[in-house]
Amino acid sequence: MSNAVSTAPRTTAPARGGSEQSAKRKAALGWLTVPALFFFLVFAVVPLAGVFILSFAGWDGIGAIGAAGMDNWFSVLADPGLYNALGLTFLIMIASWLVQTPISLLLGVFTAGSQRYRAALAVLYFLPLLLSSAAVAIAFKALLDPNFGLATGLGLPFLAQDWLGVPHLALGLVIFVIAWQFVPFHTLIYQGGVRQIPKSLYEAAEIDGAGTIKQFFHITLPQLKYTIITSSTLMVVGSLTYFDLIFVLTGGGPGNSTRILALDMYLRGFRANLMGPASVIAVILVVIGLALALLLQRLGGKDKQGSQLEGL
Amino acid sequence: MSTVLKNSTAEAGAGSPAHSAARTRGLRSRMRRLNIPAGLGGWIWLAIIIIPVYYVVITSLKTQEGYFGQNPLALPTAPTLENYQMVLEANFARYFMNSAIVTVGAVAPAVLISFMASFAIVRGSGRFLKLVNGMFLMGLAIPLQATIIPIYLMIIRLNLYDSLLALILPSIAFAIPLTVLILSNFIRDVPNELFESMRLDGCSEWQIMWRLALPLTRPAIVTVAIYNGLHVWNGFLLPLVLTQSPDLRVLPLALWTFQGEYSVNIPAVLASVMLSTLPILVLYVVGRRQLLSGLTAGFSK
Repeated sequence: MSNAVSTAPRTTAPARGGSEQSAKRKAALGWLTVPALFFFLVFAVVPLAGVFILSFAGWDGIGAIGAAGMDNWFSVLADPGLYNALGLTFLIMIASWLVQTPISLLLGVFTAGSQRYRAALAVLYFLPLLLSSAAVAIAFKALLDPNFGLATGLGLPFLAQDWLGVPHLALGLVIFVIAWQFVPFHTLIYQGGVRQIPKSLYEAAEIDGAGTIKQFFHITLPQLKYTIITSSTLMVVGSLTYFDLIFVLTGGGPGNSTRILALDMYLRGFRANLMGPASVIAVILVVIGLALALLLQRLGGKDKQGSQLEGL
Repeated sequence: MSTVLKNSTAEAGAGSPAHSAARTRGLRSRMRRLNIPAGLGGWIWLAIIIIPVYYVVITSLKTQEGYFGQNPLALPTAPTLENYQMVLEANFARYFMNSAIVTVGAVAPAVLISFMASFAIVRGSGRFLKLVNGMFLMGLAIPLQATIIPIYLMIIRLNLYDSLLALILPSIAFAIPLTVLILSNFIRDVPNELFESMRLDGCSEWQIMWRLALPLTRPAIVTVAIYNGLHVWNGFLLPLVLTQSPDLRVLPLALWTFQGEYSVNIPAVLASVMLSTLPILVLYVVGRRQLLSGLTAGFSK
């Protein structure tokens, strides 16, 4: 590094040419990545490898770790609980996508409009973004109290259900609350996408006499292609990590009716003290996450690499 | 020099069409103003968002009697702050401090080391840097929650279990991939001429990084700091698994235990929800634009 520095003033030509010194100098920059690399290796890559290793180990979370061979895998794969969790994970993933995408897209277009009242509404729309999942779950639990919550407040008796006690109601509730919490985020993404559509397209359409609805389907929607892929990727990969909200809201219940994979992993590992089987679930989670990210990236084309992959 | 010229011609060229466009845009927005279904939908969604928020705010200001006696959506007849006082007496100041320590302790180093790595990835070359970059990109696709069991094991072995540092270290690692991605995209946009002119002035890469890249990247740094800050502040799984003592609770965890202990006192529980959100709400009021752009962290690019 210091060598490269001392030679710098002497080289008068721009160092963009592939001279040996500049190549050395550019490789020497690698040192700057060392701190980030260190943290990432120790607390992300090593644990990732660890989860594979632990899936073949027996550990109760406190005592010694022993080898378990394929036992964990056999027992988990033979457990109907796994398939219940898998099914629920995908059900919630798909339902969330179906509910959130149209709402977020329309709201994104709506809030990108130039009207004053829309800007004012947008300020309020984004409020759920400020709350932690724990706060959202706790607020909805209070809100759904049949006697002192929304049902009485609005005078709508059909809202007075045992939301957390009946399996299909709890599932529906989870999907609704997830939408309540995450639609604002995706609205924001769509709003940004809509604002980047060239105004000239609409002007041309207007001259051709296209109405609002036609403009939406022929300009807005096709122009939002990459935004839709980005938002969908975040939604789908992110849905694997709805852990906090469901944990506080239903705890996986009633029964196992909202026990998604991430929750299943936690409950097996830290409640039932079966870290081996829990690691098997974790491996499955990692594989699903990677597969989904790659699949959606393929759909979106290779040029927008990276920006769509984030889902945490 | 050449970039300056390019910019100025681009501006001059764009000047006149933009002017005439403004008129048509005015026409369009007038037409759009009559979009009644959109307006209706907008107000309905507002109700869906605002009623739960409103309920939390007013209920947190009610007495227990008010909560049981009044219509749940009616304004409190005798608004009180006793719930807030009760929450604060339940050690919430402590939890608040814990959350602040963990958030700052994780975000500041994460952004700093990610910035250095991004600078190297953009300015440098070679197989090693390519490998590092590829690894960070991979990290984006992995649901890091799935690594919680080995992290738990490592934290125990490092004798860090039940400490705030146990929350900080993995949070730093989790923040790196996205932070590097956003910052390197941003540094890539800095015109190469600026780097070259500093090079010719005899500056080392180290100096270029701090004196040129850092100031020019400041908006992106604020963005990623906000994004990561909110994630760490609202994080639940790491504190749930890696801490145990009541004294080390961070806010989301404290909320959860508080609602477990005081489940009969809903106004107090909702006051705790309010208090835990207050700092972010203040941030929202003060710097809404920046907070929102930080939240999407460049996804809308």
